[in-house]
Amino acid sequence: MENFDVIIVGGGPAGLSAAISAANAGMKTVVIERGDYPGTKNVMGGILYTKATGMVVPEFWKEAPLERPIIEQRIAMLSGDETIMAGYRDPAWAVDPYNAHSILRVKFDRWLAQQAEKAGAMIITETLVEDLLYQSNNVVGVRTGRAEGDLGAKVVILAEGVNNFLAVKAGLAKPLKPASVAVTVKEVIALPKEKIEDRFCLEEGQGATIELYGDSTAGLMGVGFIYTNKDSISIGVGAILEPMIRNNWTPNDLLENLKSKPYVKRLLQGGETKEYLAHLIPEGGYTQVPKLHRQGVLVVGDTAMLMNSLNREGSNLAMISGKIAGEVAAQSIKAGDVSDQAMTVYETRLRDSFVLKDLHHYRHMGKFFEENTHLLKAYPKIFSKAAKMYLTADGTPKKERQKEIIKMVFENRSKAGLLKDMYGAWRALL
Amino acid sequence: MKLDDKLFLVRFNTDKLNHIKINDSNVCLKQCQDKPCTRFCPAHVYDWDEEEKRIAVGYEGCLECGTCLIGCPFGNIDWKYPRGGFGVSWKNG
Repeated sequence: MENFDVIIVGGGPAGLSAAISAANAGMKTVVIERGDYPGTKNVMGGILYTKATGMVVPEFWKEAPLERPIIEQRIAMLSGDETIMAGYRDPAWAVDPYNAHSILRVKFDRWLAQQAEKAGAMIITETLVEDLLYQSNNVVGVRTGRAEGDLGAKVVILAEGVNNFLAVKAGLAKPLKPASVAVTVKEVIALPKEKIEDRFCLEEGQGATIELYGDSTAGLMGVGFIYTNKDSISIGVGAILEPMIRNNWTPNDLLENLKSKPYVKRLLQGGETKEYLAHLIPEGGYTQVPKLHRQGVLVVGDTAMLMNSLNREGSNLAMISGKIAGEVAAQSIKAGDVSDQAMTVYETRLRDSFVLKDLHHYRHMGKFFEENTHLLKAYPKIFSKAAKMYLTADGTPKKERQKEIIKMVFENRSKAGLLKDMYGAWRALL
Repeated sequence: MKLDDKLFLVRFNTDKLNHIKINDSNVCLKQCQDKPCTRFCPAHVYDWDEEEKRIAVGYEGCLECGTCLIGCPFGNIDWKYPRGGFGVSWKNG
């Protein structure tokens, strides 16, 4: 049996970040990936955040295969054929130090894996890890699907993605529930560069994002998204599985529903679908974060439920958790102590960082939306109606119109209901 | 655009071994009224076969998201990842 210091299960952003930091610390490191190469099994929206990525690979933007730097973020609420929108644009985001880029994971993760190899990590592909190896209750490696496929390790980092098979087997996580995952489907639609730039009002090479709430998910708890790539658009929709089942929706119908909206349709017009993808997003939030460590094991990224869906941040939480896990693994190994106690440093460092602070901050959010299913139905309608009434020039004096708007709001949601929603939102989000 | 046309765009390295198993087809027949797996799977891997009175599993088109494992109300779908190197192979991701 070949022995390593650190074995990382899964070649996504979390696993590869862990590999880079472990290898940089001089550890004999291997990443075990089930795909043809890292990236081919990986899906996200996808937005990559500069700060976190730069902490893993400094000045990555000079070489990495990125799509477009994001200079504008819009939030839209759809109500029937109507749209109400807000946005923020800053051309300064088009240059160093940036804020975020759109990426396509097959290209990007492959590049990130090359950086891990440069740091000294080994990548084993087309290999599925089936279980951890134990010796008198201590984790001592992994069992792969290959013949004579046992590999020894002092520390195993679980970066297996949202489907947390190994974390469950190791007694660290619970099986996922329909209320704690969002089923997301996406299309990559080819469109000429110039068309993308014209339609989104972008200078050459710049990118924009739109998140769409309300009827974009047929009122289900979830969100639609449109991201500009170099010469394609990623459009997708994700909704929590539990209400999706209850309302008899199929994911592809939800996506087609979004694509058929007048505002969306025009953005995609003439494009050619190149790929249809599906993925789960872990939405359990802070209360469902699994045990993050045990003797010889650390849990990172989606497997650790590290996802901030409100700010659509996930890749950055994954990368920072991976980076810290790689460092903690190396320190523990050097100190000759990989006990559960030694591994708590990982959790402490996550708690001291934005990763668990943000999850903790939004800890009431999941329950708030789960218990208030009317929010994504009632409010897009109320806001659209109010905007339309306010903007319609039909000779009604404005003072009268404002009174009508207030009346309309109360007709759609009682005063008590509004107060309850506002208090709930304040508690869940602020 | 129809789902079948979309799935046609996806690249697979199909394994001859099936990585999905229905634990007990009697549960689908007798206990499961509305067969949500035939709707919630993004790739429509699951279909009710009226003649055979069982769920037909088209594992070759599985996009490996894991929805079925979590979504089956009876925990009756034994979904695993395909063997290393097999299954979906994204072009964009």
